[in-house]
Amino acid sequence: MQATFSSSRILLPVRPWFIALSLIVALLLNMLPTAWWPGVPDWVALVLCFWSVREFRKVGMGWAFLVGIVMDVADASLMGQHTLAYVLLTYFASSLSRRVLWFPLLQQALQILPLLCIVPLVQFAVGMLAGGQFPGILYFLWPLVGALLWLPLTFLLLLPQYQPVERDANRPI
Amino acid sequence: MAAFDHSPPPFFKQGPAPLALLSLYVAISISLMVLDAKFRYLEIGRQALAVVLQPLQQLAHSPARGFDQAGEYFQTVGALQDENQRLKHAKLEVAPTLLRLQQLEAENARLRRLLSVHERQPAGGQVAQILYTARDPFSRRVIVDKGQQDKIAAGLPVVDDAGIVGQVTRVYPFLSEVTLITDKGQAVPVQIVRNGLRSVVFGLGNGQLELRFMPVNADVQEGDLLVTSGLDGIFQPGFPVARVLGIERESSYSFARILCAPVAGVENFGEVMVLAARTPPAPRPEPAEAVEGAPEDKAPKARKKRPGGRN
Repeated sequence: MQATFSSSRILLPVRPWFIALSLIVALLLNMLPTAWWPGVPDWVALVLCFWSVREFRKVGMGWAFLVGIVMDVADASLMGQHTLAYVLLTYFASSLSRRVLWFPLLQQALQILPLLCIVPLVQFAVGMLAGGQFPGILYFLWPLVGALLWLPLTFLLLLPQYQPVERDANRPI
Repeated sequence: MAAFDHSPPPFFKQGPAPLALLSLYVAISISLMVLDAKFRYLEIGRQALAVVLQPLQQLAHSPARGFDQAGEYFQTVGALQDENQRLKHAKLEVAPTLLRLQQLEAENARLRRLLSVHERQPAGGQVAQILYTARDPFSRRVIVDKGQQDKIAAGLPVVDDAGIVGQVTRVYPFLSEVTLITDKGQAVPVQIVRNGLRSVVFGLGNGQLELRFMPVNADVQEGDLLVTSGLDGIFQPGFPVARVLGIERESSYSFARILCAPVAGVENFGEVMVLAARTPPAPRPEPAEAVEGAPEDKAPKARKKRPGGRN
């Protein structure tokens, strides 16, 4: 697979343990005491979105469901609140994946933005139905930050798949 | 006929259709929500997952702790001397009160015995560290690093050096969840220090508290200090809870709208103290006895409060 479909450089296949590791690191980042800063992205949603766009055959709704339950427990929120949001996110991300990867990175980020917006909107709806209070407009800020982080994230998470360029005059590709 | 319906096997194995999977997962999520919110059946599952998550949570806490320690390390001698001086000063200031406190407590106990009133239980407990605050803005909760192993039980009150912070709501083997008093759905029975007026203060979910069901003409003033009344049998009486910020009295409503700010550093990050359980209060007298007029000192449920409960 290539970094984007229009590039000619072929990447190594992704290793499953690297996907798991990146999700665990994202969980760790989510547990950092950053709750009072506005605009800190939901790292798990971001990484899940990345992998379900890139590797929709490997990372599907099952992963999203598992990680969502873990986040529900870690965040002491209503069971199923993160789960629902993440499952919907992966569904739409994987259905977009064949199109998104044709674009250059900046335009990809623009298409990822509405996807990421699903997560706070779903959680907001669930929270309000469960009798919560309006959390303030800054709660909906993080998808913007997350979309901006799409570029460094792509570079970082694809780094293990790059291989050194070998110049070989006889090889067809 | 069957031969016509037969479609060729797919080249790539894809599993069930995405839309079917989606509806399955959404259905499971929604049923989880209902089970959790309405029936609370999922506590055991939560406990099991929390044990697995505990090392991760400790790990996530270590950068913050390291940052704190590094900050202490780089503090200058001057700053430390300054702080030392200030602390000595503060200690000297409270010394007379403290010295008299022992004598006062003894005297109080004697007088209470004379009056044959129940003795006040001394406050005890254990210090816990706040590990992190839940990201979810719909639940005002913090996770602390003491759990069932340290004999923490659900319902115990949590205080810091200034006043009541919240109440333990879920206990895991090594961690527990503290619902802050600012959480929507958390209520603390209080009384006003100035005149002893009793009420219940409710969290608003935005960092403030509200004193509900107080009549428009109730004797509440801005700046009044609210302390726990101890009527619930959970919070010990006399801990500061909140200070009245503002009062809106409109004659079109039967109740005044009274906003309060918590006294304790509820949204801070640091160490808190989980108080030991109170000895259970006397059981509620039978209705027949209640008519006799003995004013019950400790009602077990303070949430079932009369509107505008006056003394």
